[in-house]
Amino acid sequence: MTIHLASQPSSLLIDNISMNFDLPDGQTVEALKNVSIEIKEGEIMSVLGPSGCGKTTLLNIIAGFLAPTEGSVVLNGEHVTEPGPERGMVFQRGALFEWMSVRKNIGFGPAMKNTPRHQINERVDHLLETVGLQDFGEKAVYELSGGMQQRVALARCLANDPDVILMDEPLGALDALTREKMQGLVLELWKETGKTVILITHSVEEALLLGERLLVLAPRPGRIHKEYQLPFADMGVDADLRVVRKTPEFCQKRDEILAMIWEMEEEIMGRKE
Amino acid sequence: MLILTIYIVIFISAYVLVTMIGKHRHHQIHGFTERKTVTFGDESTVTPNRSASVISVVSLFLIWGAFTGSKLTPIHMPGPFIGDTSFTYTAENAQKQTDEGRVYVRVFKVGTEADKPELPEQTDVGFVRDDSAKVGAWRSVLIKPQRNDEGGKDKSYRVIMVDGQVISPKKKVEVADGVVSMTPKGSLSFTPSKGLQMEPIWLPAPEAVMERLIEIASQGYQNVTLADNIGWSLYRVLIGFLLGSLVGIPLGYAMGLNNWFRGWFDPIVEFMRPIPPLALIPLVIIWFGIWETGKISLLFLAALWIMTIAARAGVSGVNITKVHAAYSLGASKLQLMIHVIIPNSLPEIFTGARVAMGVCWGTVVAAELVAAEKGAGKMIIAASKFQQTDIVIMGIILIGIIGYGIDILMRLAEKYLVPWKGKS
Repeated sequence: MTIHLASQPSSLLIDNISMNFDLPDGQTVEALKNVSIEIKEGEIMSVLGPSGCGKTTLLNIIAGFLAPTEGSVVLNGEHVTEPGPERGMVFQRGALFEWMSVRKNIGFGPAMKNTPRHQINERVDHLLETVGLQDFGEKAVYELSGGMQQRVALARCLANDPDVILMDEPLGALDALTREKMQGLVLELWKETGKTVILITHSVEEALLLGERLLVLAPRPGRIHKEYQLPFADMGVDADLRVVRKTPEFCQKRDEILAMIWEMEEEIMGRKE
Repeated sequence: MLILTIYIVIFISAYVLVTMIGKHRHHQIHGFTERKTVTFGDESTVTPNRSASVISVVSLFLIWGAFTGSKLTPIHMPGPFIGDTSFTYTAENAQKQTDEGRVYVRVFKVGTEADKPELPEQTDVGFVRDDSAKVGAWRSVLIKPQRNDEGGKDKSYRVIMVDGQVISPKKKVEVADGVVSMTPKGSLSFTPSKGLQMEPIWLPAPEAVMERLIEIASQGYQNVTLADNIGWSLYRVLIGFLLGSLVGIPLGYAMGLNNWFRGWFDPIVEFMRPIPPLALIPLVIIWFGIWETGKISLLFLAALWIMTIAARAGVSGVNITKVHAAYSLGASKLQLMIHVIIPNSLPEIFTGARVAMGVCWGTVVAAELVAAEKGAGKMIIAASKFQQTDIVIMGIILIGIIGYGIDILMRLAEKYLVPWKGKS
């Protein structure tokens, strides 16, 4: 299974971003404070943190849905000011268009660029096969299961051939079994396409499995707490994810990060009381 | 009161009967729903009992038939008295003498010819002479016994008893087949017993309505065919609804997408929304006159606000992740509008259209009641002026059926055109 999509080398720079907003009661929330990250081309990075640490805000800023109070996002030398097709998004759920068939959903991006119909069809056929939905092209999206819908969302994102794929808890709404399968698919697609991927997740295991690099954010103000370079994503490309999960290194890292997040959560709770 | 009691009795006894039949039949559990043990409070287990629906409609017809003496129903309420009857009266003359006479009354069906009954040979030699009268069923007749009695013109002459019961002005006495009351001037008024059936002028029998329907469908009413009447009403609804949608939907979109439009039209829409279209009829007549312009303007206004609000709700109902996804896939504003906002709002717009069609249909009938040359409402208001209750009832039934039909058609269209409704 190979994908031949033309992809330009890309570099993504998150330059000293801060994001403040005012609450109705006059308080100011520092959702993010002085966050700087440089993401290499073809890197898969997962972002983890307790709730309220600003990880979704960060992703929305990279996607161009929010403008940061300070700092900027630079992709391929250009400042990000609004959403664009070079930054593909995969949402948790509810982002597919129910009024379109699976095919139309996947072909949406190319169709917006007025790509000739036969080219769109070719690309959609290919992607349907890639995500294992070759028999479901003509179905309505609401006829598919949650896992299948996320496959469509992945395929739709890939159809546009973005430089960076931003994933906002893409597997968060799936059951454990489907989630495991989809984790494998995400790794596979990453390896085959060589895309830069930023993935936000709640699950420590998922963050470890899918991140070459793992960013742990701390809340109030949202900031980078710790950064890891991890071998598991590369291991997972060739090996069974279940095997990777059982390695001592994996277990040790998982416990370390879980403890860290617990500590942060307790600190928040303590501060509230 | 009696009708209500009968209705409640039918309701309860049908329930008991159907439940008993259901218990006696060997009953197998088929569906998943029937395996649910918690049914009271679980709305999903409440499905309409079809035998109840059938019995409900049939019993309405039976009651209608029973109270109108219909030929279609086996059971009838006692009808009005028809035939010859008589009662006696006792009068007192100036000399304080009393004498007894008899009043013969013939009760006939309204609409048929009848003569006063002939009086038998008088054998009595007193001052009172027998009287005769005729009266239609459900009507009453004034009888002046003093007119042919000797000394009846004397001031102190008066009738003191009817059928052996004392009577005085403004009092009533029950006799064999009706009620006799005395007027303040001392005359008698006889009302034959009405029974429990309704007079056709109040409520005609079902078959009379059916006959009228066939007659008017083939010959028309007041030189306008039934199809023409209903066609005109439907035409007005359609034009008014289309014009309302044509303006309302884009306006709703603009209000959903733009601050200035939202701010500008919010007070107008919120103010106009609670005003029932019927309240606008007088103003619309003053402004646009009573003919087509007026009626279509009224229906336009009735549909406009509903469609505006539906379109606005459709836009604000779009899941923000869909909008984000579309922009991230490279859609322009126009493309977002065409491929995301409009299709996403279609379910809301269809719901609005169903409501608007219902309101328009109600409004057109009301507007035609006020003034129209042709139309379903005009037909029933004209018939009511001539007390042709059968046409009025026929018209009301047709209006109901057509309104229901419109709703069914809209639902079918919705199912076909927006199959994704409620499935996000």
